[in-house]
Amino acid sequence: MTLLEARDLAIGYGRTRIAGGLNLSVMAGSVTCLLGPNGVGKTTLFKTLLGLIPPLSGTVEIDGSDLSQLDRQTIARQIAYVPQAQIAEFPYTVIDLVVMGRTAHLGTFGGPRRADHEAAMAALDKLGIASLAERDSTQISGGQRQLVLIARALAQRTRIVVMDEPTASLDLGNRILVLDTIRGLAGSGLAVVLSTHEPEHAFVVADRVAILGRDHFATGPVEAVMTSQELSQLYGVALNVEQTPSGRLVVGPA
Amino acid sequence: MRTATILLLLAVLLFAVSVIASGIGPYRIPPLDVLKAVLRRVADGSDSSAIDTVLFNIRLPRVAAAACVGAALAAAGAAFQSLFRNPLVSPDILGVSTGAGLGAVIGILLGLPVVMIQALGFGGGLLTVVVVAALARSLRGSGDVLVLVLAGIVVGALAGAGISLVKVLADPYDQLPAITFWLLGSLAGVKANDVAATAPVVLLGLAPLILLRWRIGILSLGDDEARALGVEVSRLRTIVITAATLVTASVVAISGVIGWVGLMVPHMARLLVGPRFDRLLPAAILLGAAFMVGVDTLARSAARIEIPLGVLTAVIGGPVFVWLLARNRRKLLP
Repeated sequence: MTLLEARDLAIGYGRTRIAGGLNLSVMAGSVTCLLGPNGVGKTTLFKTLLGLIPPLSGTVEIDGSDLSQLDRQTIARQIAYVPQAQIAEFPYTVIDLVVMGRTAHLGTFGGPRRADHEAAMAALDKLGIASLAERDSTQISGGQRQLVLIARALAQRTRIVVMDEPTASLDLGNRILVLDTIRGLAGSGLAVVLSTHEPEHAFVVADRVAILGRDHFATGPVEAVMTSQELSQLYGVALNVEQTPSGRLVVGPA
Repeated sequence: MRTATILLLLAVLLFAVSVIASGIGPYRIPPLDVLKAVLRRVADGSDSSAIDTVLFNIRLPRVAAAACVGAALAAAGAAFQSLFRNPLVSPDILGVSTGAGLGAVIGILLGLPVVMIQALGFGGGLLTVVVVAALARSLRGSGDVLVLVLAGIVVGALAGAGISLVKVLADPYDQLPAITFWLLGSLAGVKANDVAATAPVVLLGLAPLILLRWRIGILSLGDDEARALGVEVSRLRTIVITAATLVTASVVAISGVIGWVGLMVPHMARLLVGPRFDRLLPAAILLGAAFMVGVDTLARSAARIEIPLGVLTAVIGGPVFVWLLARNRRKLLP
């Protein structure tokens, strides 16, 4: 089932057009990985998919409804955003930050209730960081903070999760943990879209790949899109996709 | 549960400070007699003794005014800090206080009655925010927070220049002392009907802040994250700025310009209940009210003359704020 669909999308800010002609469809229970060099507009595309900035042309549909016709609360019940981890201005505890993910399910004048705290704790538990609950979120490591933001998206109980470079600031152990988590989310029926600078993560975690280059956009199954030729063109250096004896696909200089 | 206990203790503190403050002055009234007098008044409305005259005509209106001022400035400060994602802003940031000050000193210069001075102060504060918002909008369509702050600083500086001009033009023997005293903040001239006129406006402004407190806290995560979490950011921001300006301008109109409270009290409240805005706001309101009642009592009873409130809040607020920051760097500053 297609949960998120972009049709002939042009993205940018105001009069600055960053990319156009984007078509993307994300299915429930799948992981879509967005690859592209720095500054090409991956974050802009994500913000457009989330309805944070309007598309210059074209449409984004969530579960068949045009995003531009929905209010923020309705959108936030369908699609969650995991931004790149940054330190909050106020020293919220981890559980406070995760409970904020429940906002879309609260009444206009309401605050979180016991059930919302339980949903937040369940999300922390699922990522194995329940022990961090009462810690100060500005005093934990970058990797832990990233996991906390993913927990917040889980607490939001949406069907689509968009993650902006969720593995960027993580060490190897946490990176594997996050990628496993992402696979697990797709396994439980969520549609996950993430951006990454590591093409190999796409081989590990993704069902489909979207690549966003300077004047080029392509999407499809991982093996079909992530060829040596396509990646070389995307990053502007000669790259080679090889298979290790164990069967893992790796990307290196040609 | 812990937060509820702290809020209850703060409410008790406010009550105790108010009762004790009502008894302090040239005519001393023991706290118990204050309570008895109030209960008697509530019970049968009789008004006979000297205690009643002092209490209901002079002390209680002033205590109530101080509580209003403290609650309003602390709430506005806490709201602006969350809105601008900056723990170091206060109601002054949008030029509200200075704009209200300009309106009021023009009223004094023109020799208008007190009510008109207050109305001009209130109008000056609101007008400043409208100009600031319009300026920010014309510079950057979507209402960027930084542009808003810069516009606030510019318009505030203009209003400050206007105040200086009025001071030069004012009669140095009659008007200038009144202007100076007003700019330093004072509740010396507050009457019962001033409080009756101001309190409903303050409550009207505090109501949306209290009702929307959970969502206002979400604003501190930044526009994109708040919107992704389901908050209509621009609408909420308009409501918060309007409400916080309303309460600030309405209390500046009766008390003059009082600095530091809007900055310091939210920090003290944050130490008690943590940074979450839904817990912070009620704590800041109660603590701000209690703080202001205490400081105003000091202002009218510590020395032979009235000490201007702005002087006291700066003398207390500055060092306390530095001490808070030094002692609690990890809790207050990320």
